[in-house]
Amino acid sequence: MSSEALLKSTYTPAPLHRFKVGDKVVVKHVFPPGHRRTPQYIRGKQGIIERICGAYPNPEELAYGFDGLPEKVLYRVRFLQMQVWPGYAGPMNDIIEMEIFEHWLEPAGAK
Amino acid sequence: MSGIPFDYYARSHHDHAHDHDHDDHAPTSEHDNGPPGEYEIMSRAMQELLEQKGIVTAAQVTKRMELFDDEFPYRGAQVVARAWVDPAFKRRLLADGRAACAEMGTMLEAERLIAVENTPDVHNVIVCTLCSCYPRALLGMPPTWYKSRNYRSRVVFEPRAVLREFGTVLPEDVTVRVHDSNADMRYLVVPMRPQGAEGWSEERLAQLLSRDTLVGVTVPCVP
Repeated sequence: MSSEALLKSTYTPAPLHRFKVGDKVVVKHVFPPGHRRTPQYIRGKQGIIERICGAYPNPEELAYGFDGLPEKVLYRVRFLQMQVWPGYAGPMNDIIEMEIFEHWLEPAGAK
Repeated sequence: MSGIPFDYYARSHHDHAHDHDHDDHAPTSEHDNGPPGEYEIMSRAMQELLEQKGIVTAAQVTKRMELFDDEFPYRGAQVVARAWVDPAFKRRLLADGRAACAEMGTMLEAERLIAVENTPDVHNVIVCTLCSCYPRALLGMPPTWYKSRNYRSRVVFEPRAVLREFGTVLPEDVTVRVHDSNADMRYLVVPMRPQGAEGWSEERLAQLLSRDTLVGVTVPCVP
């Protein structure tokens, strides 16, 4: 087994994370310029935290040659398709999931 | 600088993930007709600079391209075939994909992997709407359709219609779970083992696992 196998687990929770699995969150409905990994179609939508992926260098900084530090906590968030696309044609249980960095999330119900 | 054609990766790779006939990978291609494009020229210039500075050698670049053609496209099927025959391995794969692959000797470099399991109740399908993020170390280079605007824009809001175009028709009571591979994770679908493949070896099972089944646009079946 090489030393690669000893790397920290992909799923090691970030030590300081604002949300936990199952929390209801809303993706910020903002449109700042620059390199963003939060798709436009999901901004303003409500979902729940599916898992905590760990903490990673901020891609919004990396894209411009910075070191991306401090790392940002990355979550996977689950959304109901019916709540993402008003005209969604499939069954109401269909879901879509994606990765959202912590600074893009607010607790659901907060203003 | 060797005569490597640098539009190499622009070609559509492996229409069938298990076509092991690599005769068509000789370094001549349809792109040899006509002058090199702007990106090809930039890419060649960059490699020449990196070689002059002693950062990479042409042999390293060639070796890397061979890995993408000859090894990476088959690793995903090997990992899933192992999961089919070894339930404990499957649990580890679903819990931490990167660590499970390392256990098999498959190193994912920088990729962090999330394996998602198809069940009688849930069907998973992978897309990257922002670009074309793809588990390259497990599946090789992404196919042209995966990178197309058509697939990327439609599979998120009408996944069942897109799957139908791939010949995959799912009952209404099966939840379709779309994964937008939009940031640091990469995804691999673990399909359900089909009926009729009982007692098969891992090697034989891997033959059932085409690239498309591991992206989730089709499901494996015994021919």
